[in-house]
Amino acid sequence: MAAEQPTATVPGDQTRIHNIGYRNYDGPRLGRAYARRSLYSQSLRGAYGLGRSAKSKVLPMLLFVVMCLPAAIIVAVAVATKANDLPLDYTRYAIVMQAVISLYIAAQAPQSVSRDLRFKTVPLYFSRPIETADYVRAKYASLASALFILTAAPLLVLYVGALLAKLDFADQTKGFAQGLVSVALLSLLFAGLGLVIASVTPRRGFGIAAVIAVLTISYGAVSTLQAIADVQAGSGSVAWIGLFSPITLIDGVSSAFLGATSAFPGGVGPGNGEGAVYVLVTLGLIAGAYGLLMRRYKKVGL
Amino acid sequence: MIATESLSKRFPRVTALDRLSVDIGPGVTGLVGANGAGKSTLIKILLGLSPATEGRAEVLGLDVATKGADIRERVGYMPEHDCLPPDVSATEFVVHMARMSGLPPTAARERTADTLRHVGLYEERYRPIGGYSTGMKQRVKLAQALVHDPQLVFLDEPTNGLDPVGRDEMLGLIRRIHTDFGISVLVTSHLLGELERTCDHVVVVDGGKLLRSSSTTDFTQTTTTLAIEVTDTDEHPDGTRAVREALDARGVAVQDGSGLPGAGHVLLLTATGEETYDLVRDVIAGLGLGLVRMEQRRHHISEVFTNSDAERKEAVGHGS
Repeated sequence: MAAEQPTATVPGDQTRIHNIGYRNYDGPRLGRAYARRSLYSQSLRGAYGLGRSAKSKVLPMLLFVVMCLPAAIIVAVAVATKANDLPLDYTRYAIVMQAVISLYIAAQAPQSVSRDLRFKTVPLYFSRPIETADYVRAKYASLASALFILTAAPLLVLYVGALLAKLDFADQTKGFAQGLVSVALLSLLFAGLGLVIASVTPRRGFGIAAVIAVLTISYGAVSTLQAIADVQAGSGSVAWIGLFSPITLIDGVSSAFLGATSAFPGGVGPGNGEGAVYVLVTLGLIAGAYGLLMRRYKKVGL
Repeated sequence: MIATESLSKRFPRVTALDRLSVDIGPGVTGLVGANGAGKSTLIKILLGLSPATEGRAEVLGLDVATKGADIRERVGYMPEHDCLPPDVSATEFVVHMARMSGLPPTAARERTADTLRHVGLYEERYRPIGGYSTGMKQRVKLAQALVHDPQLVFLDEPTNGLDPVGRDEMLGLIRRIHTDFGISVLVTSHLLGELERTCDHVVVVDGGKLLRSSSTTDFTQTTTTLAIEVTDTDEHPDGTRAVREALDARGVAVQDGSGLPGAGHVLLLTATGEETYDLVRDVIAGLGLGLVRMEQRRHHISEVFTNSDAERKEAVGHGS
């Protein structure tokens, strides 16, 4: 009893300090749509390490710089040599820089969803007005936006540089617009794939490894097969094989409809007929990723 | 506040809730049950996150099946498990959660500062949560449940993993949520004893069935057990026995505290009210013994079952 006396005074002291009056909140409650927007902006900022520790800013910011640097160099060269055209198409830029994009998505997709799973924060979201669909949409939209910023920023650098170098305005604007459409598709596709893979595991490390593996192995396999097919059979099967990896899928869509020169072996991308299949597969994958995420989070719940 | 009507939840293999009908008013209500008794399932249904197999439930007058989002806007929830990311500070985390509840940015920041102070987190709230003690983490969890000033808050095992002092502080805080903040509380625990001291009303569930629902005063009247321990003196070499005989003589049933720490020196007796404490004091003083301790024993949930069995027998005995 005697031993408990000193500790017994502690709650009393704290009560005195705490007790500065509780104020009720009678201001506005902005509901679901606002909560979804808040989650979106928080996740988008988080994808660049903003609002998080200094350590988590390093990688995304570094990748952003690495992504934009070649564009700046290209512009500098174009201005210095007074070239008639940029040495690299807008639509090709993301394809050339795919390694950086893969790294970014591998690092940030698990950051966005695996943490909530691992630290079991998900139930806190779902005990609030937002529902599964709101969470999935906010996360998907934020990661796609983050990727779009990463891939569109160098295109903007190229475009501004091209205008400064007094290249043909109409030509450049058209190329820039086509480039934006292609990176928008790429952002949606990569964000979807990254999130689906990352949402399966609460372990960030596994998520990173799995995303990199899926992106690089599929690209490696597809480009090897394409090279073999190009030598052995002819360009027909080359185009169809390209359907099986995300980056060649985007390449195919851009070269079929967005005036890009394909990176496929032989430099011949899919024609319009095959191109339609590419677009369908791309949109199907994006929708499929969304559907899978919804299913996944229906289960996680509380 | 909460009303359920033959609420059932069946999973393919288990029945988590079995025709549970209970009516819970404002104030602090304890929901007691062993692990797996259906407490968490009930909270999930009340938050509108899991549909009931049959029956209906209302929270704050809103039907859980159709008004889930409205309920969740006015209710707070503190889960049993860890739910805090270690790499952000308590302030950032609670602000984010406040916005998730629909509070505008400025209000979210103000309410976060207020709420963290009310639960007892001061300078440390700017440090990453990863470095917090269990007690501090529990406070952050509590703060995120209160930050949007709900009308009702569900606390799932808030004292889990806390040391005795932390437990008492948490229970005091829960009490204040109602008395000072005006927020009604539904708190779950598998320890009846700690809820007795905090709650106005206690609901006991077991195997998804309602075992008992009554105000806490009813509980304490029937279940308070006192443990006493006395010193020996030259006059009474076995003080424990002397007290026992003296109390027996006055008609107070005393049992050995076998199975307790200090068995052989501890006596257990049932307190029927304030006068029992006085009687014990007088008896011990009369014998000239020293009172080492006299404390209310904390009950475990199983004692409710044995007690209710005993009462039933007693009632039958009176009837015949």
